[in-house]
Amino acid sequence: MSQDIFVVAEHLRGTLADVTFELLGKGRELADATGGALVAVLLGGDAAALAGGLGIADGVVHVDHPSLAEFNPESASAALVEVVAQRSPRLLLVANTSMGMDLAAAVAVRRDVPLVAYATDVALDGDALVATSQLYGGKIYTESVLDGPSSVVSVLAGSFPAAAGKRDGSPTVDAIAAPADIDTGRIEFVALDEPEGGDVDITAQEALVCVGRGIQSEDNIPLAEALAKALGGAVCSSRPIVDSKWLPKTRQVGKSGVKVAPKIYVTLGVSGAPEHIEGMKDAELIIAINTDENAPIFEYAHYGVTEDLFDVVPPLTEKLES
Amino acid sequence: MNIVVPIKLVPDLVEELEIDDDGTDLDRDFLSLRINEFCDHALEEALQLKDAHGATVTVLALDGDETDKVLYTALAKGADRAIKITGIDGAATSRQTANAVANALEGIDYDLVLTGVQAADDRDGQLPVLLASRLGIPHVSVVSEVAIDGDAIHIKKEYAGGVTATLRAKPRVVLGVQAARETPRYAPVSRVRQIMKEAELDEVEAGDVGAGATSSVRRMFTPDKGEGAEMIEGDADAIAAKLAEILNAKRS
Repeated sequence: MSQDIFVVAEHLRGTLADVTFELLGKGRELADATGGALVAVLLGGDAAALAGGLGIADGVVHVDHPSLAEFNPESASAALVEVVAQRSPRLLLVANTSMGMDLAAAVAVRRDVPLVAYATDVALDGDALVATSQLYGGKIYTESVLDGPSSVVSVLAGSFPAAAGKRDGSPTVDAIAAPADIDTGRIEFVALDEPEGGDVDITAQEALVCVGRGIQSEDNIPLAEALAKALGGAVCSSRPIVDSKWLPKTRQVGKSGVKVAPKIYVTLGVSGAPEHIEGMKDAELIIAINTDENAPIFEYAHYGVTEDLFDVVPPLTEKLES
Repeated sequence: MNIVVPIKLVPDLVEELEIDDDGTDLDRDFLSLRINEFCDHALEEALQLKDAHGATVTVLALDGDETDKVLYTALAKGADRAIKITGIDGAATSRQTANAVANALEGIDYDLVLTGVQAADDRDGQLPVLLASRLGIPHVSVVSEVAIDGDAIHIKKEYAGGVTATLRAKPRVVLGVQAARETPRYAPVSRVRQIMKEAELDEVEAGDVGAGATSSVRRMFTPDKGEGAEMIEGDADAIAAKLAEILNAKRS
């Protein structure tokens, strides 16, 4: 049985994703514990250029094919399934990202290996791997035992420090031939688009007021804007607000939005789903206002308030203005 | 185009979640279930496509508490057919759910499957890719826009930081919907009641949903609140004063 830990090295436009280094750092720790090798898996991309940033790994396996030039869920899944079929790693770590979600379950089903999703930790406990998952919007955790020869775990971004996985070097690159089903033509890549510019850059603000579902109505957004103005910052939001089109996509914090680390982060009616937390937990001062005392946001906030935001925010704005 | 929308029901996260005596699952006796919000978006996107192109929309859900209500609501919103998958309950894993839906799809003529990209209880993976892999058809996760152009399906896939990819697919494909182009529509209670009198839910057997390779849960727990926030109590004005003090100290 292989003791190797494989990590999918996610890349977009020639740059490795931060979450890849988070996974590599954890992967290094696990490989040292199992006695196996840490191997980074590159699907497409310029292996010679990217491998230099993967120095923490003992080796890199690379699958290259024209259909992998841009991320294509069909081709990337076929390539990764082939890698796992040939190498049968003890553990494959995949980020629970837009790309990772298209890969993890495909490998699990097609190789018939167990998958644990939404992991925030993976540890070797005796002979078994144990993955801790964050479920139900962060309200519940589970520990899953993976005692078989090969498993897949998809990890939430922000679970481990990226610094632990960043090391320059020149790991050996092994090419694995693309499988026959890599390009069925059933999915084609058309274009990659950057977000529209022109809006406030929320990553550059010292103070952010974040609105969540608890703001209740688009009509209440000005309440948050007044508070943000009093703090000299801007308004941002969790995903449901952007999905409802109450604020533009440029204001979304968290997965599929942006990561922010302002001096001040005040949340209004934000529950603190894992997808949001990964985008804001590095803020210096977090104040959460939410009437649900069990909301996960209170685990991450420095100060919490369960009074109604509609009662607290107007006097707070007034006091900050004076 | 025939569109199928498998709908997952999940615990309402606004309610308190209790862990059972074994400490390995939720106490399901008093769970209040509702439609997974991402599946609600998948249904809305399907109905938008129907409005624009005249597709038929079939919704599917595993039988359980609240399933009838969720399916009738989908019909009231504009779905053409609703199917209840029997012989398996809401405690099914994502993989079992995927297998049950795949079995049900054997008897359905479909081109496009739209379902929620994720759900709060997907411990063993998200439904869209599990389902597509089981069916042997392609998948795209984190989809925010779908357009039909003849035989081609144009898909917008979201990455971090607002970057999006446009992909083109041919039927059949499974899409994991993150957000519909519009906020999911609302079905008035009177309309749902009327549909309950007029319409019927079809039923199909789940069939063999063999779990496949799986992991076991050894412990379920609520996060440690030990290092949580310092809670500020008092009336609204006193709280505002205290917060202003904290914020001003940080700003100076």
